[in-house]
Order: sequence, then structure tokens, then C-alpha cells
Amino acid sequence: MIPRLVLENLKHRPVRTALSAVAIGLQVTMVLTLVGVSRGMLDESARRQRGTQADILVRDGGAAIIGFSVDMKAKYLPFIQKFPGVDLATGTLVQPVGMLDALTGIDYDSFNRMSGGFKFLEGGPFQGPDDLIVDDIYARTKNLKAGSVIKGILNKEWRVCGVVESGKLSRVFVQLTVLQDLMGKSDKLTAVYVKGSNPKATDALLAAMREKMPENKVLTMEELASLISVNNIPMLQTFIKVVIGLGVFIGFLVVFLSMYTAVLERTREIGILKSLGASPGYILTILLAETAMLAAIGSLLGVLFTYGTQWIMHTFVPEMVQVTTPDWWPIASGIAMSGSLIGAIYPGLKAAKQDTVEALAYD
Amino acid sequence: MIDIRGLRKTYKQGDLDVHALRGVDLKIDKGDFVAIVGPSGCGKSTLFNILGGLTPPSGGTVAIDGRDLMTMSDSQRTELRKKAVGFVFQKYNLLPTLTVADNIEIARHIAGNRHGERDAWFEESLQLLGLAGKMDRKPRALSGGEQQRVAIARALVNHPAILLADEPTGNLDTENSEVVLGLLRDLNERTGQTILMITHNPEAAAYAHRIVRMRDGRVVD
Repeated sequence: MIPRLVLENLKHRPVRTALSAVAIGLQVTMVLTLVGVSRGMLDESARRQRGTQADILVRDGGAAIIGFSVDMKAKYLPFIQKFPGVDLATGTLVQPVGMLDALTGIDYDSFNRMSGGFKFLEGGPFQGPDDLIVDDIYARTKNLKAGSVIKGILNKEWRVCGVVESGKLSRVFVQLTVLQDLMGKSDKLTAVYVKGSNPKATDALLAAMREKMPENKVLTMEELASLISVNNIPMLQTFIKVVIGLGVFIGFLVVFLSMYTAVLERTREIGILKSLGASPGYILTILLAETAMLAAIGSLLGVLFTYGTQWIMHTFVPEMVQVTTPDWWPIASGIAMSGSLIGAIYPGLKAAKQDTVEALAYD
Repeated sequence: MIDIRGLRKTYKQGDLDVHALRGVDLKIDKGDFVAIVGPSGCGKSTLFNILGGLTPPSGGTVAIDGRDLMTMSDSQRTELRKKAVGFVFQKYNLLPTLTVADNIEIARHIAGNRHGERDAWFEESLQLLGLAGKMDRKPRALSGGEQQRVAIARALVNHPAILLADEPTGNLDTENSEVVLGLLRDLNERTGQTILMITHNPEAAAYAHRIVRMRDGRVVD
């Protein structure tokens, strides 16, 4: 009987029901989009790291997995190139130039050999020191073509010499020596990518390199990919927690206001139920059941809206990759449900405690 | 069945004490159909609210089937409303979102009769009330007289010891008033349902077997 009453109540006030469910849905979407973008960006980063086709990555011992603030000494590159069991080693320097953009300095020949070669969609390799190679996603986002001129990056004018298929380490490449000179880091590298001469002996090579270069971080690409996750980025974890907290608060506010209004609106109906012998617990159960149903509808809408945000990202901000995160659906729904139920408690108690005679006299 | 002795009720209105009932004595036997009449403010609605367990008395004794309302807690009065008392209000007080059938069913649900069929006694009452064929309608699709008949059906579904009706024809035209009052009298005569009706209308009161007059918080006749 209670589910029927709750359903009829929700149907009876369709605008309030729809607005409340949409507001709860937006809260679910907010959480799912944040998690989806975080995971998507990190997965994309790991995919591009794998695109180098290297076996081993060497970085400074103090460098974070994600982050380019700590460089290693460039003198390690010739040392690694001559290391027994190493077929090819190429150094890179990464310089962030915005929220999402970074210039990656590469030695074109060695990087191209290691990664299996850039696939040019337009233009070709570097011709001069002011040349940039961009990937197709960056080109689409910034509306660039081979021959386009970009001003302002590191206070310099650049020419796009080629557009390549995405998937190889970075979205924007410059020549390593040019970037080193520009940044005054001629003796620095961000990382060295290593390809072993025998793919089956990678573990042995890794062990030997770790032994000889204890001050550096030496990882296989699989290890690196597994470390590129939300759990290994404390700032991101904190950010997600803050957004979740915000989500709970929004859910609380939406449902609090909605149920508070509903209780005022239904004062007489609550009086009728009490005159029939409904206990405070019965009244509270009805309101909490109504809230739970709103939260369930809102959660469903929230998941659907997430496909909308995914489409928006893909269409308008393609460099932001958002993946679907079904494992977070129950978590986001649980967050919405908790916030909503907390928000319904005060109006529910107010309804449960209403004086029956006064409630019946309410017009 | 209902034994009221020295019943008093005092409300606080700001700093003032308002004495709504000043010592009411009344006895209602099982199967009685009693009308309580009196001018506005005489205390008849307060008496209705106390007998229905909607508000506690301030003094005296009120026993329904031997249970004294004076000593009852809020939750015990809630229990009383579930099964011992059925209400019919002037404004019908049906839940607008539910159908006729569900308006009746929810009273059973609240009383804990959540399974099983309705009994023959209640089915007979439904026939008497002429609600067959209207069970799937919402209250807004019914006339005032029909809504009041639904309210009577709802009040009867749990076999209350007493049916309390507060101005049951107050919102009805003459024709519907006669139908509803006739139904109450038929219910009383055919099923032996005890009924206490509050009204200020002498014509409505005439349907009852006994008329009790109140004035200034006391029974005067």
C-alpha cells in the first residue's frame, strides 16, 4: 500500500517530482562525470605512454608518476644508450603550457624509430627550430592544419609542420634541443624511454638498470601504466572527495526543500492519515519511501545524463576523455540516496509530529 | 460502551486558559445513534476530538469499551484510532491521490489488516452505500455525496466500536444530505453500528435516536 501511495503522490505533483529527480540526477552526473573524466584522462595518458612502444622508463628518483616538475640529468642518456641489453633509448623533455597542454621535446629520429613511426595525416617531420608536430585531436580542438601558425606558447611563434595520428606519448611535439634551449635545460631530461634488444629479457634488463642507477626511478611500461590511476594521485583523490561531499550537500538541500514544501502542502493529508491511526513511524516511512523513490529515479537520470556529458566532451572538448564508469553507478546512487534521505529526515519528523487536529483544520 | 464523567478540556490561547469542556457527563450504549447539537463554541467539536483520541482530555474520565482515554499515551490513542474509532468529517477528508478502493484499503493497511479479503459485513455496508462501480475513481471524479459515502465506508472498514461523524452533511445540498443521513440511520439499524453525530442542524439531528444538547462546555439536555 505504501509504494502505491508514494507512487500516486509523485504522479500527483509531476513538476515537483521531475524537478527534484533532475536535481538529484545532476548531482549523480557531477560525480560520475568527474570520475569518468579523471579515469579517462589517466587511461588516455597510460595509452599514450604505451604508444612509445618502449619497454622501460627511466626518470629521476624524486619524480612523481604524473608530473614533470623534477627532471633527470641528460648525461644518463648516453649511459643508458650504451647499457648492455639496450637496443634503443630516447630522451624527452616535457614542458606544461596550460591546464591540459604540454610541449614534449623529442629527438625525432630515435623517438620515431622506437614508437614505430609517426603516421602523418598532414605535413611531415620538423623542418626548422620553430616547428611543431601536433596530433589530430589537438589539431581538431585548436582548429589547426599543417602550416598553421601558433603564437604565444612560451612567448614564441610556432609553425605546425605536421599533424599525426594520436596515441604516441603526447599531443604536441617539438625538437628536444629547441625546448631544452628555450627552457634553459640543456642538461636536463624529463624521462628516458628504453627498448631492450631482447623482449624476453626485460626483467633482467630492468634489474640491471635499477642496480646501476639507484638514484633514478626505473619502471617497466606495464608498471607505469598500472601506477597511472586515481589512487596514486593524492590531489585528485582529494578533489573527488570534495566533489562527492558537495554532491551529498546538494542532494540534502534539494530534498530538504522539496520534502519540506511537500510536507507543508500535504499537511491536511498527513492529518487524515493520522486520524486513521497512522503512527509517526508510518508517516516517516511514507516520506522516506518517497524520497528513496525520487533518489532512485534521479540516479537513473544521472546515469543517462552522463552519456550526455560524454557526448559533449567528445564533441566540444575532445582532448578531455570521459569514460563510462559502471562500477561507480551504485556508488554515485548511494551518495545521492544518502544525501536525499538525510535531507528528508527533518521534514519527515516535522510531519510525523504534526498535531492531528491542527493538520485536519489546515486549508 | 462510552462512559463520560466530569470531562474537562482546557486549551491555552496565549496567556489565557480557554475552558472548552467544563464537566461533561454522557453515556452512550452499544448500538445507539446519538446526535450532539449546540451552537458554535459549545464544545461539541472538542468532545468529538477527545472521543476520537485526536486530543487528550484535561480532566474527568472517558471510557470506550472500558478503556480510559484519560490515562492513554499518544501511541495508545493512535492505536485507538486504528480500530476502535471511525471518523466521518464535514470536508470528507479523502486522500486526493488515491482511488476510492485505495482510500478504503489504506485504513485497513494502517490498522494492520494487510492481507486477506474484506469480510461479508463490510461488503454489505458497501452495497448499502452504493459504491459499487466507483471503486476505481479518484475523489475529484465524485460528487460531494459520493465522497461522503466513501468516507463512511472508510470509517467502517475496521469495524470500529463507534462511528464519529462531525457535521457530515455540512458541505452537502439537501438531497445529498438526506441520502447520507438516511445511510447512517440504515447502517445503525441494520448492522447495529454505534454512531455519534455532531451537528448544529436540527433536521440532521432528527435522524438520530437520541439528541444531546450542549451549551458552554456542558451537556444541558
